[in-house]
Amino acid sequence: MPNRTALMYCYDGSFEGLLCCVFESYEQKEIPLDILLPEMAQGILLPVKEIITDTAKAGRVLGSIPQKMGAPTLEFVRHAFLTCLAHKELYILLFLRLGYRYGPAVLSRLTDPVVDKLFKAVKHLAKESHLFKGFVRFSIFSNVLVAEIEPKNYVLPLLRQHFCERYPEEHFLIVDKTHGMGLVYRPYESAVIPIRKLELPEPDENEEYFRRLWRVFYDAVEIQGRHNPKCRMSLMPKRYWKYMTEFGSAQQKSPRRLEGSGGGKLHF
Amino acid sequence: MDIFDKLKILTDAAKYDVACTSSGVNKKAATGGIGSAAACGICHSFAGDGRCISLLKVLLTNVCAYDCKYCVNRRSNDTPRAAFTPRELADLTINFYRRNYIEGLFLSSGVLKTPDYTCEQMIEALRILREEYRFSGYIHAKAIPGADSALIARLGLLADRMSVNIELPSHNSLQLLAPDKSKHSILAPMGYIQNRIQENCTDIIRYHHAPKFVPAGQSTQMIIGATPETDFQILNLAEGLYRKYRLKRVFFSAYMPVAEDSLLPAPETKPPLLREHRLYQADWLLRFYGFTANELLDQQHQSFNPYIDPKCNWALNHMELFPLDVNRASYSDLLRVPGIGVISAKRIITARRTGRLQFDGLKKLGVVLKRAQYFITCGGKAPGGLKVTPDTVLQSLLSEKALGLYQHDFSHQTGMEQLSLFSPPSLLSSGGKQEDRGKCLTAPL
Repeated sequence: MPNRTALMYCYDGSFEGLLCCVFESYEQKEIPLDILLPEMAQGILLPVKEIITDTAKAGRVLGSIPQKMGAPTLEFVRHAFLTCLAHKELYILLFLRLGYRYGPAVLSRLTDPVVDKLFKAVKHLAKESHLFKGFVRFSIFSNVLVAEIEPKNYVLPLLRQHFCERYPEEHFLIVDKTHGMGLVYRPYESAVIPIRKLELPEPDENEEYFRRLWRVFYDAVEIQGRHNPKCRMSLMPKRYWKYMTEFGSAQQKSPRRLEGSGGGKLHF
Repeated sequence: MDIFDKLKILTDAAKYDVACTSSGVNKKAATGGIGSAAACGICHSFAGDGRCISLLKVLLTNVCAYDCKYCVNRRSNDTPRAAFTPRELADLTINFYRRNYIEGLFLSSGVLKTPDYTCEQMIEALRILREEYRFSGYIHAKAIPGADSALIARLGLLADRMSVNIELPSHNSLQLLAPDKSKHSILAPMGYIQNRIQENCTDIIRYHHAPKFVPAGQSTQMIIGATPETDFQILNLAEGLYRKYRLKRVFFSAYMPVAEDSLLPAPETKPPLLREHRLYQADWLLRFYGFTANELLDQQHQSFNPYIDPKCNWALNHMELFPLDVNRASYSDLLRVPGIGVISAKRIITARRTGRLQFDGLKKLGVVLKRAQYFITCGGKAPGGLKVTPDTVLQSLLSEKALGLYQHDFSHQTGMEQLSLFSPPSLLSSGGKQEDRGKCLTAPL
């Protein structure tokens, strides 16, 4: 087993890039102290090695994962890469090293600190993406359904199938403001694309009408004698409320902007 | 009356019904249609009372020919009345569904004119949704007691889940409080639905495209605390319903006074929420943990212990079965340990394939050691430094608040009956005498 070296890796932020870090780690028989994005690598005193993304190397690592550890492990790693876990890159590298050693059984090593850390992160991702299946609120602008979310994890890839199956005949867009990405759908075609700037128009009369009806329902369905805001908060933390029409909060303010440079084009 | 008023009145009238999950069936939208369903169920919001909102839960109408005394919509109650047209209801559902406010529709109704007429109106609303909007999302329909079985059958082909509410857990209470309903008018449609579901299963094996009848199964609900039935009776009834009618869920609803009547609890009575909670915990133990109603309660102990949950209570009364070694115990035995749930039991089975489990590892698997530590060993060893006295067990099993109440109750044991909520003053409802209690807490430790 190679020793941890006083060395950092720096990669381009892509999954392929991370796989190249794994390649490098095996080729050089070294384990980095951390794996950083370029903007974080500036001003670090320790030596930083830049790992160039090489499709051939990434492909070799990618192919070996299902072969050595089984397909579920690859899916697990792909999901781990979508989480907001700090130092997830390093944990994934350490996890894959365990995987090459133990094979598919690596997924059962639930008490191992590295496996445990990634499991909890993936669980957090799964939970958040499940909540968003319900908490996303679409507004309809000229027959296009548009929603905004601010998730902690990068959940869009996990929401894709659900919403495509739910609205096969609609045009819709879900904007992830945290990650500056959007899930765009038109009948029988979907894509996840960068969206850095988006201005939404004022909701029209029809849209306002159904938001008001929804608020009437939301308020009426509560049994006052069982009022329990603590329970509600633990099941639906406040950070989700911002875009939920039943509370009528941020939805009123417009036009809203997504700050950043460049512009994502939307074709419907 | 505009649609806002209708929605308000008909939501208000439907909100006491609990059966509001969207689980049990997986579907995709048909080509050219809208709507899918996820077997795990999806909550779209949570109301101010902390209850999940996943369906547009409304009544078609709150006009009712019946006069059930516990019901807010009873004929004799002076309350504003309204009715949706089937089309209004279908349009509202689709517009909420497109905006992702809901997972589908939960449709119940008061009895307008006759049970058959009401049922026909419900069928029309569902027909518009399914045929005109090609809606594949979740629909839960309430069977109207007394409606013709041919109509129930049509409703069942349009819905994903159906329910017939038991309402009151005994025949006597029904007679007293719901004179227009009878045991028969409730159990007959429930039995009919169960038969149709079963027939349909064999049809689907024979003909691949047989239309599905209530694919997500049926459920029921009963009101807790309006009538004198005990937890033991209620739990036995639930168990019988799971066995006989293969129900997917039995829901319990703590009675909220909505009417003044000499036969009912006083209007200022608080809903017995803790009792409802204990019944749900026990229901869980029946459905997922392999317990039977008779293990949890019996003739001598008809009520759940308010201080500790039913599983802890059971375990403390069966200390002869513990401690279990987590590295060897079977899945079904692990499930009986307080602090180990379905998920952590499965993880224990998985994780111990790769190596011997220790106490620090168990925590990572999600075991609540605070409760489990008194009932398990790892490789024959008890957790290090564990000082076990009856007090420490109590402190670990009870929340601070419950402990305070418990101690308060004990120091005031004067033979006076406490609030019925806290009636068994002993720690172990099945424990009986105090010396037994001391023995069972200390003996195995």
